[in-house]
Amino acid sequence: MSALAWRGIRTPRDRISFRVHGRTAVVSAALLLAVLAVGVVSVGTGDYPLSLEQVVGTLVGSGDPASTFIVETLRLPRVLTGLLVGGAFGVAGAVFQSVSRNPLGSPDIIGFTMGSATGALLVILVAGGTALQIGLGAVAGGFATAAVVYLLALRHGVQGYRLVLVGIGVSAVLESVNAYLITRAARDDAFVAAHWLVGSLNGRGWEHVWPVGIALAVLMPAALVLSRRLTILELGDDAARALGVSAEGSRLALLLVAVGLTAVATASTGPVVFVALAAPQIARRLTRAAAPGLASSALMGALLLTASDLAAQRVVSADLPVGVVTGAVGGAYLGWLLWRGWRTT
Amino acid sequence: MRVLAAVAALTAVAILSLAIGAKPIPVTDVFGGLLHDDGSEQAAIVRELRVPRTLVGLSVGIALGLAGALMQALTRNPLADPGLLGVDAGAAAAVVIAIAVLGLASPAAYVWFAFAGAAVASIVVYMLGSRGRAGATPVRLALAGTAIAAALTAFTNGMTLLDPLTFDDFRFWSVGSLGGRDLGILADVGPFLLVGVLLALALARPLNALALGDDAGRGLGAHVGRTRALGAVAITLLCGGATAVAGPIGFVGLTVPHAARAIAGPDQRRVLAYSVVLAPILLLGADVIGRVVVRPGELEVGIVTALVGAPVFIALVRRTRIAQL
Repeated sequence: MSALAWRGIRTPRDRISFRVHGRTAVVSAALLLAVLAVGVVSVGTGDYPLSLEQVVGTLVGSGDPASTFIVETLRLPRVLTGLLVGGAFGVAGAVFQSVSRNPLGSPDIIGFTMGSATGALLVILVAGGTALQIGLGAVAGGFATAAVVYLLALRHGVQGYRLVLVGIGVSAVLESVNAYLITRAARDDAFVAAHWLVGSLNGRGWEHVWPVGIALAVLMPAALVLSRRLTILELGDDAARALGVSAEGSRLALLLVAVGLTAVATASTGPVVFVALAAPQIARRLTRAAAPGLASSALMGALLLTASDLAAQRVVSADLPVGVVTGAVGGAYLGWLLWRGWRTT
Repeated sequence: MRVLAAVAALTAVAILSLAIGAKPIPVTDVFGGLLHDDGSEQAAIVRELRVPRTLVGLSVGIALGLAGALMQALTRNPLADPGLLGVDAGAAAAVVIAIAVLGLASPAAYVWFAFAGAAVASIVVYMLGSRGRAGATPVRLALAGTAIAAALTAFTNGMTLLDPLTFDDFRFWSVGSLGGRDLGILADVGPFLLVGVLLALALARPLNALALGDDAGRGLGAHVGRTRALGAVAITLLCGGATAVAGPIGFVGLTVPHAARAIAGPDQRRVLAYSVVLAPILLLGADVIGRVVVRPGELEVGIVTALVGAPVFIALVRRTRIAQL
C-alpha cells in the first residue's frame, strides 16, 4: 500500500530525482486551497466587509484607496503573520516530535515557547523595546531554554519522555517567572504583556511579517535537507547509527533549526499554544504517512492558526487573542489524543 | 529526635516569619507584641499583618503537603502534585467564573467554586490517566494533567483578558501569595481544611495496605474503593481550600512527601505526619525568602516554591528510570 503510494520523479538522465508520496501531495494541495480560502475570507470580512472581487482587485493593485488601506495596512499583514507563524510552528512541531519520537515533544509542551515568551516579556516590561528588540529577546530566551532543557534531559542520549517531563518542569519555572514579571508591571503594561503571553494576532503589521518570512525562507530549506535524516532518526538511534547518520549530531542540527523557527514565530505573535503540537499530528493522520511531513505540517499549522483567529474574531469577540482558542481546542484535542492512545495499551 | 528537630525548625521558621519583612522586627519585640498590644507600630505589624500571614502559611502549607502525600500514595506516583495534575487549574477556572460571571469578590463566596473546580479537574485527570489496562502510570497522569490544565488555563486566560477589571483582581491571585490575607478567610475555609486533614490522617492505615498493590491491599483487609473515594474527597478539600485562600501554589505537594519519605521511610502514618510538619517549613521558609530577596518589594510565595520545587521535580525525573515511572 505504502509502496504504491510513493512515486518517483526524475529529470532526464536522472540528474535530480526524488520521491513523492501520492496521498501527501493531494492532502497538501487541499490544505493549500483551504489556507487560501481562509485567508481570503479573513481579508474580506470585518467591520468593513469587502467582496471577493474587491479583495482580489486590491491584492493585484487595482482597488480603490479605502479598501487598499484596509487590506494592505490592516488585514493582510495580520493574515500573513498568522500564515507564516502557523507554518513555522507546524514545521518546528514536526521536527521536535520526530526527534523526541513522541507527539508530546512539541516546543509548547517542553518549554521552548515559554522560554521565548520569558525573553520577550523581559524586553517588553523592563526595556519597553521595539518589535526588533522583542524579537531578539524571544530568540535569546528560546535558545537559552532549549540549551537548559536539552542538557538536563541528556543522559545516555536524550530519551523521549525524559525530555518531555524535564520540559514540563522547566516550563513551570518559566511560567512563575512570567507571572512575577506581570505582577510587577503597572496595570496597563501588565494587560498588554498578558495579552502577548497568550498569543495574539491583534494589531500585527508588516514589521511582524518580515522576520518570520525571512526565517522560514532560510530555515525551511535547511529543515527539508535535514528531513531525510529525520526519517532515519524515527527508526531509533541504533538503526540510524547503522545507516551512517550520527544520531546526536543530526538531532542537534535539527533542534537548532526548529528552535530558531519557534523563537522567531513566538516573537511575532507571542506563544500561541498547541499549534506546534496539533498541526503535525493532524497532518500525519490526514496523509497516513509514517512520520509527520514538513510541508504538510507547515500548511496544517498555517490553516490552524488562521482559522482559529478567524473563529476568535468573528464568533467570540474582536479582542479575543487567538491563543485562547488554540489553547482550549488544543487542550481538548491533546486529551482526546491521550484517551485514544491509551485505550488498548 | 528527628521529630523534635523538625518541630524546632518549624517553630524557628514561624518566628522568622513574624520577625522578617519590609520592616524587620527584633525577636524580643515580636514576643512583646504577641503577648500584649502596647499600641506601638511594631506591635500592630506583628498582630495585624505577620500573625495572620504566618497562620495562613501554616494552614496552607499543611494542606498542600498532606494533599501531595495523599496523591502520591493513592496513585503510587512519585510525580503527583496538585499543580501538575491540573487541580489548581480547575480551581482557578472556577474562581474566575465566580469573579467574572457571578461578580463574587470575597474568598468566602468563591471557596465553593474552588472546591467544585478542583474536584471536577482531579476526577477528569484521573479518569483520563487511568484509562486502559496499564492504569494510571505516573507519566500518564502527568500528561493528562498537562492537557487538562492547558485547556482550563486557556479558558481562564480568555475570561480574564476580555475583562480588565477581573484581570487586575486575578493576576495577583494567580501567582499564589500569603500576603494581604486576613484571618476572616481562614475562619471561612479553616473548617474544610480541618476535615481534610483529619480524613487524610485517618487514611494512613489503609494506604499502607494499598502500597503493595490493590490486590494485596484487599487481602490485608483494606477497602480499595472506599479508600480511593475518601482520599479524593480529602485531596479536594485540602487543595481547593488552600487554593481558595492563597491562590495556586505549586510544587509544595510534590517535594514535601519526598523529603518526608527520605526521613521517615515508607510507613504512610509517619510520612503523613512528617508532611504536616515539613510542608509549612517549606512554605513559610519560601515566604520569608520571598520577603528578603527583592527588598523593598516581595516575591510571591508561589514563585519561590516553583523556583525551589521545579529543580527537585527535574532531579526526580533524571534519577528515576523512565521505565519505572
